[in-house]
Amino acid sequence: MKLTEEQIKASPDARGHFGAYGGRFVSETLIDSLEHLESEYRRLREDPDFLARFNSDLADYVGRPTPLYHADRLSSELGGASIWLKREDLCHTGAHKVNNTIGQALLAKFLGKPRVIAETGAGQHGVATATVAARLGLKCKIYMGAEDVRRQAVNVYRMKLLGAEVEAVEGGTRTLKDAMNEALRDWVTNVDDTFYIIGTVAGPHPYPMLVRDFQSVIGRETRQQCLEKNGALPDALVACVGGGSNAIGLFHPFLGDESVTMYGVEAGGYGIESGQHAAPLSAGRPGVLHGNRTYLMEDEFGQISGTHSVSAGLDYPGVGPEHSWLKDIGRVNYVSVTDDEAMDGFRRLTAVEGIMPALETAHAIAWAIKLAPTMRPDQSIVINLSGRGDKDIDTVARMDNIHVEGR
Amino acid sequence: MSRIEQRLGALGEKGRKALIPYITAGDPNTGETLRIMHSLVESGADLIELGVPFTDPMADGPVIQRACERALASGCTSRDVLEIVRRFRETDTETPVVLMGYLNPVEAMGYETFTENAARAGVDGVLMVDLPPEEAGEVVPWFRAQGLDLIFLISPTTSDERIRRMGEYSSGYVYYVSLKGVTGSASIDAGAVEERVAHIRELTELPVGVGFGIRDAETAGAIGKVSDAIIVGSVIVDCIGRHPEGGDSLHQALKSLVKPLRDSLDTP
Ligand SMILES: Cc1ncc(COP(=O)(O)O)c(C=O)c1O
Repeated sequence: MKLTEEQIKASPDARGHFGAYGGRFVSETLIDSLEHLESEYRRLREDPDFLARFNSDLADYVGRPTPLYHADRLSSELGGASIWLKREDLCHTGAHKVNNTIGQALLAKFLGKPRVIAETGAGQHGVATATVAARLGLKCKIYMGAEDVRRQAVNVYRMKLLGAEVEAVEGGTRTLKDAMNEALRDWVTNVDDTFYIIGTVAGPHPYPMLVRDFQSVIGRETRQQCLEKNGALPDALVACVGGGSNAIGLFHPFLGDESVTMYGVEAGGYGIESGQHAAPLSAGRPGVLHGNRTYLMEDEFGQISGTHSVSAGLDYPGVGPEHSWLKDIGRVNYVSVTDDEAMDGFRRLTAVEGIMPALETAHAIAWAIKLAPTMRPDQSIVINLSGRGDKDIDTVARMDNIHVEGR
Repeated sequence: MSRIEQRLGALGEKGRKALIPYITAGDPNTGETLRIMHSLVESGADLIELGVPFTDPMADGPVIQRACERALASGCTSRDVLEIVRRFRETDTETPVVLMGYLNPVEAMGYETFTENAARAGVDGVLMVDLPPEEAGEVVPWFRAQGLDLIFLISPTTSDERIRRMGEYSSGYVYYVSLKGVTGSASIDAGAVEERVAHIRELTELPVGVGFGIRDAETAGAIGKVSDAIIVGSVIVDCIGRHPEGGDSLHQALKSLVKPLRDSLDTP
């Protein structure tokens, strides 16, 4: 199926709703700031100065456009559709996250806010935020679940080197959702001088919209590159889904193209049937968390469930509201792969293409490995290679029972 | 007339100010919560805000976060919270009870079931921290149908237009959040509150309660002078947290905390 031009334009509507999802469910103290942010963003996204600055930063600082690489050996090993990798791992700081932080940090600058805060799971968004804060001379504080601080020690050190203060959040499940709670609390308290740079397409309106807009550069480039290299649109798009920013960035410019099938890959953890996963679209139900209505992992009483994924960046019980809508209307297929499948994907891409993906990204690889053999050789798949795997070396080494020297 | 209107109206006629303590239901356990509610009334509470525990209390500071964690660890569900109110009503039919919490546990039960069960248990009003009026339109009828007052928060930055819009949906009282921050944050500026409350009164006829940041009798007295009700949460919840054994020592401690607030409100 495809979406019509009108459907795409009307998403979100004026109140930030994507169908039944999204919205602005926050305590009263934040409403005024969100309204202000929305109106300023609507103005600035038409402002030639703002856009010129955003685009030149993407080109000269991030290194865009990122390549669309043909994974020749992987394709022939799998023996089906040809596989292309959109190389967001080559962005400055090593993941797609920076596309969004560049945009939001510019908003902070244009709105005159001297301080930025962010939540982070894998640490990629934290690093990207600390990076742009260093560059623009903004004060920066990053909230990170204590469990993730342990899992992603390298990124914690990177953030500190970049001059950010990193707070390990001990509350709740000590992962991404708790980091987001704490960032929201900071924002409520310091709303006058602080800009909250949310790292994914979640949170209250207008965040899901503006993060999507900033990340859509991925899909726009991919579209053009496919046409140039193949003379055709891809047949399938595959991206991992934590909050869903790299996925929506790739998918959005293709929503109107009937021939393009899309797969969002959630973290299946120890398997959906184990209950130990982070796959709200595959196994959750709609509820309200962190300012929006969306699919959530929760118990029968509406308490948010603990999640599990080998990948810190996918370890989140919610998902961006636009994905909830795209699921309900059937435009995107949401699937999941387990920790083990993701680890196999990580090893396979490393061994066959010499590209070490982030463990988040490895989920998309793992799904494509299943998908490609079911398709014809004249068809093509684009995988969003959302980030590089250096940050995960410790986790992978631990699984292999190897202690990396010097750490 | 709702129990809240009755109570606040009667106090208003006598020129008295309402004392509204907040506690988290199920902290340290449901039986103790029931005893705490009665003991708060004995110490001079006019209305009780009963927190429904939630895993992700985004608008709360560390004191109430920990109370939520204790309550959930004790196994308290939203069904249990309603049961506490039902048992409270067996002996106290006059003190209004307002449930305060987050939207998701309510949505999980479903609006129809929740409002029916809440009304049947003897709940008088509901305040959902993360439900602004923009998102409330569709759910207001459920609450009205059961005669439950919906209470909204007003912040220092809420626009006049939005205060008016809240007026259409709310009844009972409005809750002025006196500072930018989470519950239990620092202190509060009585002068600024006075000005703001006066302005709110021009936009709504409802009684105005003030909360967030009232920690001692002196502040309680000062804020009481410029509002209709004061809401005190974190210091009470903190006291409960320091007496995990419950029982007499907890109730003594609560009395010596709440009585001075009452006295200070009643001092002209
Ligand atoms: C490389 C990478 N990919 C994906 C994600 C998941 O986020 P999202 O679903 O918003 O793209 C993260 C999050 O940390 C990440 O670092």
